This record gives sequence, C-alpha cells and structure tokens, in this order.
Amino acid sequence: MSATSVHLERLPRGLQVALALGLIALLAFPFVATDFYAQMAARMMILAIFAMSLDLLQGVTGLVSLGHAAFFGLAGYALAFLTPQGAAVSLWWTLPAAVAASALGALVIGFFVVRTHGIYFIMVTMAFAQMVFFLFFDNKALGGSDGIYINFKPAAGVFDLENKRVFYYFTLAVLLLVYAFLRRLLFSPFGRALAGIRVNEHRMRAMGFGTFGYKLAAFTLAGGLAGLAGYLWGAQSGYVNPELMGFHMSAHAIMMVILGGMGNFAGAIVGAFAFEYLLHAFKDLPAIGRFDTGKHWQLWMGLFIVLVVVFAPRGLLGLLDRVLRRKEKRDE
Amino acid sequence: MSEVLLSARKLTKRFGGLAAVNDVTLDLWRSRIHAVIGPNGAGKSTLTNLLSGDISPTAGEVTLSGRDVTGWNPERISRAGLGRSYQKTNIFRPFTVWENIRLAAQSRTPHAAGWLRLASRIAPANERAERALELAGLQARRDQVAGAASHGEQRQLEIAMTLATDPQVLLLDEPLAGMGTAEAERMVGLLLRLKEAHAMMLVEHDMDAVFTLADHLTVMVNGQVIATGTPAQVRADANVQSAYLGDGDAGPPQGAVAPSGGSAAGLPASVGGPNTHG
Amino acid sequence: MDFANFLIQLLNSVQYGLLLFMLAAGLTLIFGIMGVVNLAHGSFYMLGAYLAWSLAAKTGSLALAIVLGTVLSVLFGLALEKLLFRHFYQRDHLDQVLLTFGLIYIFEEMRSILWGDDVHGVPIPQVLSASIPLTDNLSYPVYRLFMSGLCIALAIGLYLLISKTRLGMKIRAGAFNHEMTEALGINVKLIHAVVFALGVGLATIAGMIASPISSVYPNMGSQVLIMCFVVVVIGGIGSVRGALISALLVGLVDTFGKVLLPQVAGMLVYMLMAAVLLWKPEGLFKQ
Repeated sequence: MSATSVHLERLPRGLQVALALGLIALLAFPFVATDFYAQMAARMMILAIFAMSLDLLQGVTGLVSLGHAAFFGLAGYALAFLTPQGAAVSLWWTLPAAVAASALGALVIGFFVVRTHGIYFIMVTMAFAQMVFFLFFDNKALGGSDGIYINFKPAAGVFDLENKRVFYYFTLAVLLLVYAFLRRLLFSPFGRALAGIRVNEHRMRAMGFGTFGYKLAAFTLAGGLAGLAGYLWGAQSGYVNPELMGFHMSAHAIMMVILGGMGNFAGAIVGAFAFEYLLHAFKDLPAIGRFDTGKHWQLWMGLFIVLVVVFAPRGLLGLLDRVLRRKEKRDE
Repeated sequence: MSEVLLSARKLTKRFGGLAAVNDVTLDLWRSRIHAVIGPNGAGKSTLTNLLSGDISPTAGEVTLSGRDVTGWNPERISRAGLGRSYQKTNIFRPFTVWENIRLAAQSRTPHAAGWLRLASRIAPANERAERALELAGLQARRDQVAGAASHGEQRQLEIAMTLATDPQVLLLDEPLAGMGTAEAERMVGLLLRLKEAHAMMLVEHDMDAVFTLADHLTVMVNGQVIATGTPAQVRADANVQSAYLGDGDAGPPQGAVAPSGGSAAGLPASVGGPNTHG
Repeated sequence: MDFANFLIQLLNSVQYGLLLFMLAAGLTLIFGIMGVVNLAHGSFYMLGAYLAWSLAAKTGSLALAIVLGTVLSVLFGLALEKLLFRHFYQRDHLDQVLLTFGLIYIFEEMRSILWGDDVHGVPIPQVLSASIPLTDNLSYPVYRLFMSGLCIALAIGLYLLISKTRLGMKIRAGAFNHEMTEALGINVKLIHAVVFALGVGLATIAGMIASPISSVYPNMGSQVLIMCFVVVVIGGIGSVRGALISALLVGLVDTFGKVLLPQVAGMLVYMLMAAVLLWKPEGLFKQ
C-alpha cells in the first residue's frame, strides 16, 4: 500500500462494467427501497464525495492528511451560519460560498502544512484540524459542543430539496459531476504532475516543477471538494457539530480511500459505501449471550482495519481486479 | 565562438567542521565537455549538488548564463537552463519510459498545470519528448514500465529526462555507472553528439571514457581542486600523478590511492581499462 | 498577577510540560529509531491510568500499582512490538497510520470491556497529600511537585542511558543505519524491542502518575496524543532534547495562555506550532 507504488489509474474493462452496474443500481434505488434506506444511500454518496476529495490528496498526490475532515465540517457550518432560524436560503449562492469557505481554510492551513514532509505532514494536518475542532467546540458563539441546527434545507427554486427523492438525485448528480471532473483532472497536465510528485518529488523539482505550488493547489482543491460534501451533509442531516471536523472523521475518510483502492476515485466511492455499510453492520450485530456485540462495534472495526492493512494492500478494487483477471486467465 | 555558460567561483560547502567542497572554481563552456574526476569522498557529488541547487553553498557564487543563481532552489535553476542527471538512477519507476520523458518535457510547456486538457495531447511537450527519446535511443522501449527496464536503459532514460527540459548546461553524474562495454560505447557516442549544443560537466570514474570525452579536466581531492587543464596537462601534472592517477606514464591508470579522509567506500568504483566493466 | 500566583502557574507549566515530555520522548524515540509512527501511543497513557486505578484499588497502594503497572505494560508493549509493529518498520507511513488507528479502536474497546466506561478517581497517597503553603490562602500540592520530580529523575535517567551507556550508543547507532549496525554484530531486533518498551513504559508511567490529578476516563488517550504530536513536531522528530524543550514550551504557553488569554487559549499552542513551522519546517532540533 505504498504511496509511491503504482496505482490502478486506468480502470480495466471488468471494473468499468461493475461500476456501471453500480450506477444503475443507484439510479433505481429510490424506487425499490424505503425512504430510510434511500436516505442512507444518499449519506453514503455524500461520504463518497468526501472520500474522492481525499483521494486526490492522498491517492494521487501522496499527501496523507489526518485533518481533512476540518474542511468537510467547515462548509457544513458555513451553511448553518447562513441559514436563518425560520427560513431557507438559496442553494445557488450558499453552495459556492460554503465551498469557497472550505477552500479558503484549506489554502490558509495548506500554506503552513504543505511545507512539511512525510510524517511531519501527517502530524501537522492532525494538529491543525484539532485546532479547528477546538475553535468550534470551545466557543458558544460558534455553536459549541452542542452544534447548530439547520432548520430548512437550501431552496433551489426549480426543484425542491425538502423532497427526499429530489435530494437523492441531486446528490447523485453532484457525485457524478465530481467523479467526471476528477477523472479528467487525473489525466490532465496538473494531474500528471501531482502523480509525479507522489512518485518522486525530488526529480520533479529537478525538472523545474514548483512542487510547493502544485501541492498547495491540490490541498486547496481537495479542501473545497470536501466542503462540497460537507455542505450536502449539513443540508441532509439538518445538524452540524464539531465531530464532523474531528479526528475520527478524518481517519474514517482515510479508511474509505484505502479500503476501496487509492488513486482512481472509483475506489473512493466503493470504499465509502463499503465502510459505511460495515459500520452499520457492526453496530447492528446481535448480542451473543450477555456480550453486547453491537455496542463494541469499535472493536470489530479496529480488527477489520488491521486485517485490511495486513492483507489487502490495494483495497477492494485491487482484490476485485485480481479476481477478474484470474477469471480472464481461466477463460482464455 | 564559444562562451561560458556556467561559472562557479570559490565555491565552498562546510558540514560542521568538514569542508566537503573547498574553494572550487570552474567554468563550463558551450560545446565543451568538462570532466571532474577524483577519488571517492573528493566532493564531486557535493559539487554537483551545489551547482544544481540541491544544497546551498557556505561561500562562493554560481553564475548561469550571466545570472547569479547562488542559493537558488533546484526548480529555479532548472528553469534557468540547467539539467542534471543522477548517479543513482532517479526516475519514475511506475511510469512508462515515454511518460517519464513526457512529464519532464511538460515542465516547460505553457499549459504545464492545465486542469482540463488531456496531458497526452499537448503537442509542444510531445514533440520535445520525442526528440529526447530519439536522442537517447529509447524509441523501442517507449511503452516499457521504467522500473522494469534494464539498468542500461534506465541510465539512458536518466539522460533523456535531463534532455527533455531543453537545458543549455548539462551536469551528468556518472552516466556510465554500471554499464557493460557495448552500452558504455553507446552512451559515449550519445554524449559526443550532445556536446555541440550544450555546455557539459561530467563526473565519471571510467577513465577511458573521461579521456575520450573530456576537453577539459578538473581533479578534486578532499574537496579541493588539485589540478585543472586539458587532459594532457593534467596527466603530466605531478600532484595529480602522485595523488590519483598513479606514477609513471600516460594512459589508463592502473590503480589509485585510497582517499585520506571522508568516505567509507575506499577505492573508486571503476578505475582502469575496459575489462573492469560489466 | 502577583508572585504567588505566578509561581503556581509556573510550577503547573513545568509539571504539565514534564508529563508531556514523558510521552513525547517515547514517541520521538520510536519514530527516530524505528521510523514508525504510532497513533496508539496515547492508548498506553490511558492504559497506565486505568492500571493505576484498578491496581491501586486492589492493592491499596499507588506506589505498588505503579511498579506492577509498569511491568505489565512493558510486557504488553514488548508483545505488541514482536507480534505486530516489528513487521511495519519498513512499510509506508500510511500503513502505519492505519494500523495504529485500528489499534486505538481495539484498545478503547478492550478498555471498555475490561474496566467499563465510567470515570474514576485515584486517591493521592497519604504521604504525598500535603500542600506547601505559599501565602495566607494559596498553597501548592506536594503531589504535583512529586510528579515533576519523578519526571525529572526519569528524564535524567533517559539522558544517561542514551548518551553514557553502551546500550545507548547502540540505540543511537541503530537510528542511522540498520544494516550497518547489524553488520557490526549488534542485535538490532533487541535494540528495537528495548526502545519500544522504553517508549511504552514512559507513556504508561505518565498515565499512572497523572491519574490522581486528571482522573481516569474514556478517550483520555486521544486528547493527550494530539498535544504529544504538537510537542514532537515543534521539537523535531527523533530529538529527545528537542522534545524536552518543546514540551516545557508547550506547557508554558498552554498554562499561561489559559490564565491570561482564555478566549484563544485552546488555539495558542497551535499558533506556536504554526510559527515554528514557518521558521523551521522540520522542528527546532531536527535530527
């Protein structure tokens, strides 16, 4: 699972088919499932956007950030501050504003953080995110530990986001747009440069690339996209609290990206869905005798994480790719 | 008429109390190859790093095409027209040979950081990369994953990547390292072809190649220049004979004295005739 | 602020800083020598606190609990190193981050299963429960002085170990080049185990002696971990001296910050870190 190793960038045919099937399932889902599950699926899609933003930073550029959730939460809070108690705000300016807020936060923090490398980078991203967390946690004016409620979903004019199905398809549309944008970016000069920085930053500098600028741009863009996800999360759940910016949220994002497979954005989507599903599965485990299995979901989650690190270096997509290739070989 | 493209004056680098490079002065002229030789620990790598911006000097200055580039970081110096290859192959192993060179060429295109175009379709970068690929003789291996290429091919790739940024000054750190006879001959041929358009500095241990290629020679021992001049002048220099080339007549040296300070590696990697290669 | 108050805050700063140093020293050593980042380091602190509570309750003596607890946790740390961490020294930092994050989850739950989720107090031993009077109505707890004293003693011991003993020399050698050290006949695996045990031991002792002051509660590990990271970043990874100076600095800024500038107190330490990073991106005493 080395950051400098080759990642699955071009998706093989088998994986493309699998993803297409997944898309069809997502399109049809609200018609076959209850509202509750559709909402869960929408939440998974929001987390998938969050995971993709981290994949840009981690999978493509090789920057392991333990504080990415700060930008996720910032946008949610931006929506909360912009939404008055008794009315909805317009989607069309609050969305860009919230994303801009997250991007700005990423630019400022990135300025300090991107000058560090390796383990320092990991530690300082964690530290700055904790700073943001405490900024909101300790200050009643910013909502404090109780958080803030968003009583009305943003108003879009032409469609009604209070309608759960409409919200679902809006989220799906955003997911697809972000995916398409990031795939395009991956094979653009900027994306190729980021991959080069991941593999051998020293040589990139020797070739004349100003790598600090590239990394800062990636950090800012990733922060903005995380904000996009955070805005949707706030809109959907109607509630934001400092935990959205916390260490656990950041660590979950890393898990999602690793679990799915880094560097191609499809893995981030798969990982987000798989991770969220697992989380719920663990929490819902039936008790064994007097042992409350579900309450101790963190234990199962922890064991699962350790197993993934030890046995599945390229995540689920990597496993799927291996399985499909073996199948191809047998069919030949 | 030839001109000085890179000039180092009294360049010094101290690490604590140790002067790895001490008061070194040299010039690189267009269409000339300037070889820097010396035992291990002589400071040749440090000198190369000083010139490429990887480390900054304690004292002295470096001028590139008339501009003072002392203390500039590597990317600025690269953009000012300097290219450098590494002794320890420094490529992008997971990428193909073609992508390695294309990425190097991309650094000089105006859309180097474009977000929405397809990188593989940027014509200026592709053209420059093709030229570098051809010069290095790697056309047949363009789709090979760089990490899986042979050692010699990787060394060729090193050079190709250095060329793809269209530098005027080339710093080549042991381009022949670890090469077999045929490969070494090909590389020497390539370096001769490059001479016309560039000012080149060559750090090498392969004395055969050095005396074939060098127009000018600088000998370093313990961080200092003990002799500089044409190959003939240097061979005749008494200091050099006793310190490095071994006593007696001209021609490929038979052995070398171990350095009196510095590196742990002892004798130079390959000193002597062609049979010591490969 | 009058002198007595100033003295109290100063003593508190030093005590907090020294406690942070115990944790940061272990973290920076483990990273400097073995190159592995351990997010679960705070869990050893928590382990120490819970061990102190449960063993003190069982044996009636905090001192005995600390001795027993240290032995138990060092054994636990050695087992962890041999079974798990050892295999991750060569792996990517990302893998290490994930592994140790998984361990945090596992340790929290083991703690929950073994000792429950309640908050507990640990009584200060009788002999250390007095207070030294400073003015008519201000006094300073002897126990806090004891904590600082113990940390200083351990810091001196660490210094002597690393710079004056053969073991220390081997440890320092191992930091630079594993193959070379092995070629010289030094048992690198043993060195790694010792360093890891040292780190775990220091963290656990810190948790144990802090428990009467800070109480024993779930998630206490994560809170101290982040401060620990800040200390290591400011001090420079791999530098124990840097960790000491940085820990004292953080202790001062945090303690006086809470008293003098309560609105921004939580952010002050991070601002300090940001300032250091602008000046020296690899910490004050980079190795």
